[in-house]
Amino acid sequence: MDQFTSHKALVAPLDRANVDTDQIIPKQFLKSIKRSGFGPNLFDEWRYLDEGQPGQDCSGRPLNEAFILNAARYQGAQILLARQNFGCGSSREHAPWALLDFGFRCVIASSYADIFYNNCFKNGIVPVILEDKIVNQLFEETFANEGYQLHVDLESQTVVTPKGESFGFEIDAFRKHCLLNGLDEISLTLADAELIRAYETKRKQTSPWLFDVIK
Amino acid sequence: MKPRTLYDKIWDDHIVKQREDGTALIYIDRQLLHEVTSPQAFEGLELAGRTPWRLDANLATPDHNVPTENQDAGVAGIVDPISRIQVETLDANCDKFGIVEFKMGDVRQGIVHVIGPEQGATLPGMTIVCGDSHTATHGAFATIAHGIGTSEVEHVLATQCLIQRKMKNMRVEVNGDLPFGVTAKDIILAIIGEIGTAGGTGYAIEFTGTTIEALSMEGRMTVCNMAIEGGARCGLVGVDDTTINYLKDRPYGPTSERWDQAVSQWRELKSDEGAFFDHIVILNAADIKPQVTWGTSPEMVVAVDAKIPNPAEETDPVKREGMERAYEYMDYEQGLAISDIKLDRVFIGSCTNSRIEDLRAAAEVAKGNQVASSIKQAMVVPGSGLVKQQAEKEGLDQIFTAAGFQWREPGCSMCLAMNADKLGNGEHCASTSNRNFEGRQGQGGRTHLVSPAMAAAAAIVGHFVDVRDFVSKTSV
Repeated sequence: MDQFTSHKALVAPLDRANVDTDQIIPKQFLKSIKRSGFGPNLFDEWRYLDEGQPGQDCSGRPLNEAFILNAARYQGAQILLARQNFGCGSSREHAPWALLDFGFRCVIASSYADIFYNNCFKNGIVPVILEDKIVNQLFEETFANEGYQLHVDLESQTVVTPKGESFGFEIDAFRKHCLLNGLDEISLTLADAELIRAYETKRKQTSPWLFDVIK
Repeated sequence: MKPRTLYDKIWDDHIVKQREDGTALIYIDRQLLHEVTSPQAFEGLELAGRTPWRLDANLATPDHNVPTENQDAGVAGIVDPISRIQVETLDANCDKFGIVEFKMGDVRQGIVHVIGPEQGATLPGMTIVCGDSHTATHGAFATIAHGIGTSEVEHVLATQCLIQRKMKNMRVEVNGDLPFGVTAKDIILAIIGEIGTAGGTGYAIEFTGTTIEALSMEGRMTVCNMAIEGGARCGLVGVDDTTINYLKDRPYGPTSERWDQAVSQWRELKSDEGAFFDHIVILNAADIKPQVTWGTSPEMVVAVDAKIPNPAEETDPVKREGMERAYEYMDYEQGLAISDIKLDRVFIGSCTNSRIEDLRAAAEVAKGNQVASSIKQAMVVPGSGLVKQQAEKEGLDQIFTAAGFQWREPGCSMCLAMNADKLGNGEHCASTSNRNFEGRQGQGGRTHLVSPAMAAAAAIVGHFVDVRDFVSKTSV
């Protein structure tokens, strides 16, 4: 996983609530057996005017000019500003894979669906939670100022505006540690292998049927 | 000891290591695998040179991509080459690692959330995960069961554990006798209408009350299945005789003395008197009517006899904007009633409503009637090969086909359009599935979530009708 320490980047505003993962990456692209290559199909049904097919070259497809990510001023954005309950619905990790592949390293919203939120951390994406009032302010500033950038600093857990206004955000200490250092969670868990074995031994005594073999 | 909720009890039983930041390493008893969210996990495992921690805790089946016709042809019969590769990849991974898989052509194959309980691979007190958000279904058996992403699928394969933060507890209590024609699906849709699509975010929801107690396991699975549509990763129901009777003699369940030992532990799997819930919602069954979703989020739901809500009357600006977008997507005119919506297709199936009880309810309505000529397609897709077998034994397939419904083979089918079954652009569908998101059932498709009986009645009349009137009229 890529580490995330501090990121200053262009912000793209996606001004709608309850964006579900079917919208972030539609189902036909889930047929891929890879982790990469989903970027061209991020928000496919909103981004293009035709129906996208997996494996297709997207460069010649007709763009929906009204969709915000197609606007010239937001090209190259690495921070996605979104609304409440972002990432609801399906558990597909293809959603953060598509965001990452497109270039987003950070999402800012007032709330997220639980599974999506969790999936972000596995992929070096920081899902920042800020109050509605602050998110509203950031939307206004992004719309009003072309080239608007935010500075997301994980170490200090702050989002800093171009004017220097700083907003703090919460994040689990363990997740922060993994992101800052780009750590592989599986290795960390395997360091506790003895604890896992001890748990299994104890559990086998009290509830042996839980270890009956599926065959 | 402090009174604990059902969720607290199962959580406490699975802590391998508590961390200072409030997260914990949690042991996972069962992982269910399917073809869409597992290939990258197996690949990751191999690239890191790791092997599965406990092979026998896993059970796999292909479901999302499988065609619902001509399954006898096996994997080779999947026309779409990309879908075929995905199913072949699952087969190859399970063969290579030695994971039990119900492959296409196996009568036990089906939707992963139907086969787990059916086989007794879902047992009370377990922690169960799957790379699919509708894993919440298994909570009907007093388990902590939730969807995970592919990185976590790999994590569980490699370590049999997950790093989790404990959720908060919510209790949704439904009391009283269900009115005639009102089903588990209507209960959960009404609950989502009440709490909203994010109302359960951060919570595990325990469903309680006399109405839930009176539901069959199939009904409880329908309710827990859609906990995620209310934002909650987990739904749970405590153990009672209904749970235990369902599990008796299931292939992977315990037998003889172990069964007795298990049952005595399972009996404890309910919330203690006085256990603390962070949030409580109470509904009366008598107030619930057959429900129909009108918009593009499961919270956009009303009773069948209602008009489609007018966004202008919504005071919450965020909700209003969502409603306006839904109006545009669904192409509604102001003032339409639910019964005015013209339907093109009807889908009875999915992990929400494809079990034997669901098919019986739909067949009861379909019996002796004909699908309306305005309906392009009405299909019934059983949740597993065993459900299909049982339905055929009861003659339900004959009832459906005589009425003009297509009788298909098991799979996720039109719930998510990853296979050949999908909606065309602009088509309206009465669907027993779980999500009415834009494009979910096919690009430009317009989904209305309903119960199996309501879907069957809609197929026959060509538009939504109150199944309560329909049944009483036709049975006279």
